[in-house]
Amino acid sequence: MLSKRIIPCLDVKDGRTVKGINFVDLRDAGDPVELAAQYAKQGADELVFLDITATHERRKTMIEMVKSVARQLNIPFTIGGGITEIADAEALLNAGADKISINSAAVKNPQLIEDLAKTFGVQFVVLAVDTKHINGKNIVHLNGGRLITELETESWIKQAENLGAGEILLTSMDHDGTKQGFDCDLLGKINKMINIPIIASGGAGKTEHFTEVFQKAGVDAALAASVFHYGEILIPDLKQELKRNNIPVRI
Amino acid sequence: MVAIIDYGMGNVASVQKALNFLSVKNVITDDHDAIKAADIILLPGVGSFAQGMKNLQERNLIELLKDEVMVKKKKFLGICLGMQLIMEKGIEPHECEGLGWIEGQVVKFELEHLNVPHMGWNNIDVLNNTYYENCETKDFYFIHSYHVLPKNKIDIAATVDYGFDVVASIQRGNIFATQFHPEKSQNAGLAILKTFFGINA
Repeated sequence: MLSKRIIPCLDVKDGRTVKGINFVDLRDAGDPVELAAQYAKQGADELVFLDITATHERRKTMIEMVKSVARQLNIPFTIGGGITEIADAEALLNAGADKISINSAAVKNPQLIEDLAKTFGVQFVVLAVDTKHINGKNIVHLNGGRLITELETESWIKQAENLGAGEILLTSMDHDGTKQGFDCDLLGKINKMINIPIIASGGAGKTEHFTEVFQKAGVDAALAASVFHYGEILIPDLKQELKRNNIPVRI
Repeated sequence: MVAIIDYGMGNVASVQKALNFLSVKNVITDDHDAIKAADIILLPGVGSFAQGMKNLQERNLIELLKDEVMVKKKKFLGICLGMQLIMEKGIEPHECEGLGWIEGQVVKFELEHLNVPHMGWNNIDVLNNTYYENCETKDFYFIHSYHVLPKNKIDIAATVDYGFDVVASIQRGNIFATQFHPEKSQNAGLAILKTFFGINA
């Protein structure tokens, strides 16, 4: 049986991991390569690195980081942030990334999803979506949540699936940083709508939240950052807890 | 010396890293002389079947690989797309002839209640234990939208439950191949590679 995946997310800025509370007030949470190796050892199923200040001149730093992560890691990892064209993705793939995550660039140019999927296969393309509840609708936000779009989350995700996205990383901005649990209603709704895996993101505070999101929303994977970085949740404990609740996990 | 075939299809760096970790001498190459000089051929790869065949063709590797693996009987390891390409036929994204070393074809997942791609860690059932005997766990990392259907059941080395018994690994003579990524499957993956490359634990 396919295991549910636990995915620590490392937001990287200037070569260090940080985690925003509701996307602002960044705090330093350590060296990404070191953290990555620790997580792999603890039983993380995958890792996601998001370069949250991806500017052109910093790409080289990121490529170097990807290379050193790849050298130390024998679990899959995804890189996101600042990928706007095929060449960006190719450089990351060649550095050792297993998947890339795109967000703003895909909204501005949906064709990018199709081009990436055709070039590297759908399994390589993760679409990250930051969503916020506004006037009864779920609306896609860009630039780490600072920019509102006119896109409704549901229709954007459906479109992305049709274009060739292999996986959706869905972050609820309303839940992110609150530690009050994932947005199970929205995640469950989206999960029923599409046939590609969903990674739930935003709101993890305790182990029960993970149990809840797998049981209620039926997602494939759950992602969190600070609860792992600050040791509030230890991955081996989390997995034992999930197993006790009959959720298939890799131990 | 292991020749990791470089044909522009995916993450060869990870495979090389795993081999380096095990101190297995290797080279990432599409050079015919280097491939002829190698004792073992490793065909990695992710991406589409047709593109993979096209890239092999452009590098004039199809006949060469057949000669090394099917005639000279060099040990061969295929991973993910590298396993699919050894079949006779694929359909991704259009119908296309494969290397044809193993009878059978590659088809798309048709699943009503499960996601495609089949992505993540899944538990395999081993049918041929040759390269699996040192694995302490049987969880491996899969990421694929197409799966192989070998004509002869005897060629199936392992299956994985994803709606049905999906072929996870193939073995016949000097040919061994996995749909999952041993290089991304932590200790279990390393155990397979160790056994395949004859490294004593």
